[in-house]
Amino acid sequence: MSAEFHSSITPPKGVWWVPAALQEKRWVTVSFIWCMILFAMMPLWHYKGGQNPSGTRGKVAPADFQARVERFVNDYKVGEEKGLPVVAPPPGSHVYIMGQMWQWYPIVKLQKGATYTIHISSIDLNHGFALYPINLNLQIIPGYDYALEMTPNAAGDYRILCNEFCGIGHHNMIGKILVEEGPATSSVSADAEKGKTL
Amino acid sequence: MSSAVNAIFRKCPVTGLRVYKDAENLIKVNAVVAIVAFLVGVIAAIMLVLTRWQTVHLLPADWFYRILTLHGFNMLIFFIIFFEMAVLYFAGPVLLNSRLPAPKLGWIAFALMLIGAVMVDVLILAGKADVLFTSYPPLKADPNFYLGIILFAVGALIVCGLFFASWVVAKKEKTYEGSVPLVTYGALCAAIIAVITLVHGAIIYIPTWLWSLDLAPMDPQIYRMVWWALGHSSQQINVAAMVSVWYLLAAVTCGGVVLNEKISRSAFFLYILFISMASAHHLLVDPGLSPAWKVWNTSYAMYLAVLASMVHGFTVPAGIEMGMRLRGFTKSRFEWLRKAPWGDPGFSALWISLIIFGFLGGITGVTIGTEQINIITHNTLRIPGHFHVTVVGGTALAFMGVTYYVIPLIFQRKVAFWKFAKIQPYLFGFGITVFSMAMTFAGSLGVPRRHWDISFANSNFSVEFSPMVDLMLALVGIGGLIAATAVLGFIAIAVVSVFFGTKVDWANLKEGMDGIPPGLVKLPPQSYTGKNAEVVHEAGTPGTVALVAVFLVVFILYYYTNWKNLSMIWKMG
Repeated sequence: MSAEFHSSITPPKGVWWVPAALQEKRWVTVSFIWCMILFAMMPLWHYKGGQNPSGTRGKVAPADFQARVERFVNDYKVGEEKGLPVVAPPPGSHVYIMGQMWQWYPIVKLQKGATYTIHISSIDLNHGFALYPINLNLQIIPGYDYALEMTPNAAGDYRILCNEFCGIGHHNMIGKILVEEGPATSSVSADAEKGKTL
Repeated sequence: MSSAVNAIFRKCPVTGLRVYKDAENLIKVNAVVAIVAFLVGVIAAIMLVLTRWQTVHLLPADWFYRILTLHGFNMLIFFIIFFEMAVLYFAGPVLLNSRLPAPKLGWIAFALMLIGAVMVDVLILAGKADVLFTSYPPLKADPNFYLGIILFAVGALIVCGLFFASWVVAKKEKTYEGSVPLVTYGALCAAIIAVITLVHGAIIYIPTWLWSLDLAPMDPQIYRMVWWALGHSSQQINVAAMVSVWYLLAAVTCGGVVLNEKISRSAFFLYILFISMASAHHLLVDPGLSPAWKVWNTSYAMYLAVLASMVHGFTVPAGIEMGMRLRGFTKSRFEWLRKAPWGDPGFSALWISLIIFGFLGGITGVTIGTEQINIITHNTLRIPGHFHVTVVGGTALAFMGVTYYVIPLIFQRKVAFWKFAKIQPYLFGFGITVFSMAMTFAGSLGVPRRHWDISFANSNFSVEFSPMVDLMLALVGIGGLIAATAVLGFIAIAVVSVFFGTKVDWANLKEGMDGIPPGLVKLPPQSYTGKNAEVVHEAGTPGTVALVAVFLVVFILYYYTNWKNLSMIWKMG
């Protein structure tokens, strides 16, 4: 039986459910093991890895989210740049960033090494939150609050690009996040106590 | 009347199969419209690469997004699906040696698809559907745009139904013996996946159409989930169809064999079971879905559809190797590969498509579709960098390769510009590889996809990209133009051959003649038995074993490099 071969356009006759040759069996086995490793990596990273897109997810009416962003701006506003408020929330607090055609609002000032819960949503269309230059990308959908704990690991002047098409001004939609050298790590947890929640 | 027309067939001089007039005509019209859509898509592609090549920056912003919408629809939907309809009429009635039941329905389906496609294209060009390929609500297009897509999908569903019916008829009328050939089995899987996909299309586009008429609400997250069950799963029709075409080309170009029917068919079956879960690939950094849902779905239930592709990635080259060895090319590990018919565009297209799809498309796809790694890839240029080496370097190239056989077999014409045809797959493969790799690198540097101007000339804030980005976008332009040139050449070949070509004189074929692929001048053996076969079988396929070993090493390195890169960004969760 094993010495009969036919092509893929020839109808096979008789029983073709026969054992495969050794090499083929081995490759299927190796592939299967690799697939299981690929699968295991994702749950493993949830336990051991530092970067997961889980967050806290919930529905929010665009108007409510906008009101919450305004409250956040009023609480922690420290200045203005190009008509946008600059907001410096304390370490550990909840941060609110709003996408709309075609800006990210407001400008946020964070501290290196401190952890924040960053809420991002849109009040009109889908937008893409793309933090440059570290290449951290999230899909932002109107009606949904995406809240992720983030810990900046380097000081710098970051940009938020929009990487989801949102109309003719899409390519001009840029926001800004400033990260300053933070306090010593020990004081971060103390500051976190003061954090406000929604 | 129709049954009288139905009875008309000719005997294929190469394969001896009966080719019925209805099936043949439907193959012809679907293939011709596919090529027209391909032409529209490639003209759009040229304008797009010349815009993203930042120093050229051809189109204004509104036309860039408009042409991008046009490119997506004509390439991913109209070209590919019209071509697949032709593949179904071929793999069904022709390969099963049977008539096509209800041919009139085939023409109605064709008309629906054509009307739908024209509606969509006209509305896009009129500026009434600047919503890109994905048309995410609340972004809204003209209601007739959604209606056009619905008509197209209904037509395609009817053709799938006809394909299933032709199998039933063939079985009943006993036009073939034994089981259906592997190529038909693969096409059957593609058709089943097409039904699953198109039903999702109906589930999402009918409510979206009503929403565009202000008759129903639409949740943007649910839209994304269901839409991608159409958008990504339709790429899985392409995978199944492409793999079937690989097997087909292996048989006709170099006498490739099926190593083991059980293994190859089980792999196709895994596609049906799991591949439609791929909607999740686009939702990994979405706010509306849980991590458990994301992990389970993005992995196609523990990567069982990836397993299927890895199996085909072995059995296709190993089938070629075994076929060549059975024909006597048994010296050393790679004599079979060196002596393969590299001058046959059917074979070179098959091999280049296989390598590009496996090494570039498959590896990048699994990597960027990993839940956490998607954080550093979502909506960057790495995404189009990936799918241009699957659906373009893989599927479109395989389809072009099989067209060189369809022209003489179905249209009965010699392939025009034969000398160019022989190098066309190489030129295309080179161009699309440069294009996609440059896109992938640019994406790794944070360049967004679907973006008109990364110099951000009119923005509030400046963004300084690394100078490497300019180089990469120039390479996207150059690679894209090379690939587009190869496609235009291919279209010229197809059009000139079909409408102005010389008729094939089947009685007077000579080896090495122009315009007829070598596999058709002298069809390689399609079955092997006896002592020699036993000896060759014992020796196995050492060349393919070496190839897949290299593949696995590259896969592992690329995958873990991406985890390493991910681990360096901000902690988040």
